[in-house]
Amino acid sequence: MPRKKITISEKVEALSILDEKGRLDEKLEPDIAEDVLFQLHRTMLLARKFDERLLSLQRQGRIGTFAPIKGQEAAQLGTIAHLRPGDWMVPAFRETAAELWRGRSLESVIIYNNGFNEGVAIPDDRNDFPISVPVGSQMIHAVGLGWAAKYRQKDDVAMTYFGDGATSQGDFHEALNFAAVFQTPVIFVCQNNQWAISIPVSQQTRSKTLAQKALAYGMPGIQVDGNDILAVYAAAQEAVQRARSGDGPTLIECVTYRLLMHTTADDPKRYRTDEEVEQWNQRDPLPRFEKYLIDKGLLTEEKRNAVESEILEEIQTAIDRAEKQMEAMGDPIDMFDNTFAEMPSSLKEQKEELTHALSESAEEGKDG
Amino acid sequence: MAKMTMVQALNLALQQEMEKDDRVIVLGEDVGVDGGVFRVTDGLIKQFGDQRVLDTPLAESAIVGMSIGMAAYGLRPVCEIQFSGFSYQNFHQIENHAARLRWRSRGRFTVPMVLRTPYGGGVRALEHHSESREAYWAHTPGLKMVIPSGPRNARALLVSAMRDPDPVIFYESKALYRAFREEVPEAEEALPIGEPQRVREGEDLTLISYGAMMRPTLEAAQQLQDTDGIAAEVIDLLTISPLAEKILIQSVKKTGRAVVIHEAPRSFGPAAEIMSRLMEKAFYYLEAPIERVTGYDIVIPLFNREKAYLPNTERILRAARKVLAAS
Repeated sequence: MPRKKITISEKVEALSILDEKGRLDEKLEPDIAEDVLFQLHRTMLLARKFDERLLSLQRQGRIGTFAPIKGQEAAQLGTIAHLRPGDWMVPAFRETAAELWRGRSLESVIIYNNGFNEGVAIPDDRNDFPISVPVGSQMIHAVGLGWAAKYRQKDDVAMTYFGDGATSQGDFHEALNFAAVFQTPVIFVCQNNQWAISIPVSQQTRSKTLAQKALAYGMPGIQVDGNDILAVYAAAQEAVQRARSGDGPTLIECVTYRLLMHTTADDPKRYRTDEEVEQWNQRDPLPRFEKYLIDKGLLTEEKRNAVESEILEEIQTAIDRAEKQMEAMGDPIDMFDNTFAEMPSSLKEQKEELTHALSESAEEGKDG
Repeated sequence: MAKMTMVQALNLALQQEMEKDDRVIVLGEDVGVDGGVFRVTDGLIKQFGDQRVLDTPLAESAIVGMSIGMAAYGLRPVCEIQFSGFSYQNFHQIENHAARLRWRSRGRFTVPMVLRTPYGGGVRALEHHSESREAYWAHTPGLKMVIPSGPRNARALLVSAMRDPDPVIFYESKALYRAFREEVPEAEEALPIGEPQRVREGEDLTLISYGAMMRPTLEAAQQLQDTDGIAAEVIDLLTISPLAEKILIQSVKKTGRAVVIHEAPRSFGPAAEIMSRLMEKAFYYLEAPIERVTGYDIVIPLFNREKAYLPNTERILRAARKVLAAS
């Protein structure tokens, strides 16, 4: 038998609609309603300004370590914009823009990042998982959620986020494989931001793209310019439709860049050059999107500034509120809650022990 | 009532609960067409179809991770990890997510799932097929760790595990799967999780064990009665964690002497925790230091030597007599 080429029906494509200079490929322009465009822009600007403010709060010691998102707003908003409230979002830990789109309050982000569990409370009307820190471990949950939705004959979908580093984890491959085998309605959104702390994507994989990894599992994969919100939006629209109509999962690789540090505990100057960062600054998704809106006659400098000052005020109000709320959050005894549905007696005893210890040290404090 | 092996009794629990509750989904490797390598899920796919019984690809982490998603959605997944020796490949899913999603989401999402898996030695199995590592799970906050000791309590505990609002690790002893039969009522029967049982009453000594070690423990109690005239009280933990200590403390306050038996390695094992609790709460009632009879702190040997590794009646008797002799 001669060697033969094996044809794989799935294909991997690359998509870019709005180039680095903000020039539009009109043939590919997705049809997005004006109010959605405004909402996307506002959330992008909010996420950007909030990120900046969180960084300064962290530097002032008013919150703890957090993972900035600067540069990745388009990848998040272009995808999340397609979810309905009943759909599921399963994030990693660098998706603040997507979370804000879903309605997470700024206060809750501040409270969580200042080390209070209260900040992870998820309202009943949002089917969003809390952020997941162990890299790559969360994608498979989206597969279970999607499977369950299908089992209940609902057309809800699950969208899960992760980075380029996560694609090296076994759980990434297991999740893609299970999703494809069971044809679950899942959208895998990879934010390839080029760096997993200090490891560049070239050291993470020898694959030409991350999107092509989908092919091995028998699902479509697409690589998009992740800083081009129109391309991200168009690719995600197809993927969500595919999932919702019962045609299974998709892997979307959003090629983007983490313009800031991995977390505030990290110093990126140790492993990457300023020149590289500057190159990516030129591809910033925000001015690119704004140029598109201005070219379409939907945005003016004046209007943008008005939105920005509104946003800055919103952020300040949230910080004030969060700091006020946190003043009342000192009681450590709450740490025992939510371990089990019903607290076992051994745990009740430990809780009493702490209660006792706290009241004793309070008494001692008074005496002293 | 029918006489059943533990395998049949577990199958009955699954079958009845699946009939009753369409949230119960069975998933794992070879659990469908093959009925599970030990046949615990035998016939379920035939009765309930492949939307209720999922033959999954071979990936323990994904089996558990998928179960977490299903459970958070509101289903009641019961996943089978073919051997507990393979469950370390899903350990992080349990530790990072199943055990703490309730906590991580402030109660918004919960993980009412059961992870069933065969554990323990004594069946001349391959490497990685005979470990007893319940301490790993028992050490994890947010988890329940259940180990039945016979067909009837296995069935009744599995029913409760499937209805529990929190994740349950359910260890099934391979050595007990077909070791003996018991009367198991056809009508539903559930045993509460977190309630150890006193299975033999006595005044002179308390023997505490669970799972496959209950048989040599009960055998030792009988021999103590027959040859030494000693009345040993025997407690079957059934739930390892959260450990309900009350019955243990009551018993030791009465007898003043205790031996704890498990096949897991000794150091940091369940016996260490039980002995600490007894020391904390029954110290002044103790007539003698508490003894433990356990596996050793080594990799469980391949099967030609495992008899020497596993606690047996003789070792339990030796420890019991030592405790009885001390004053």
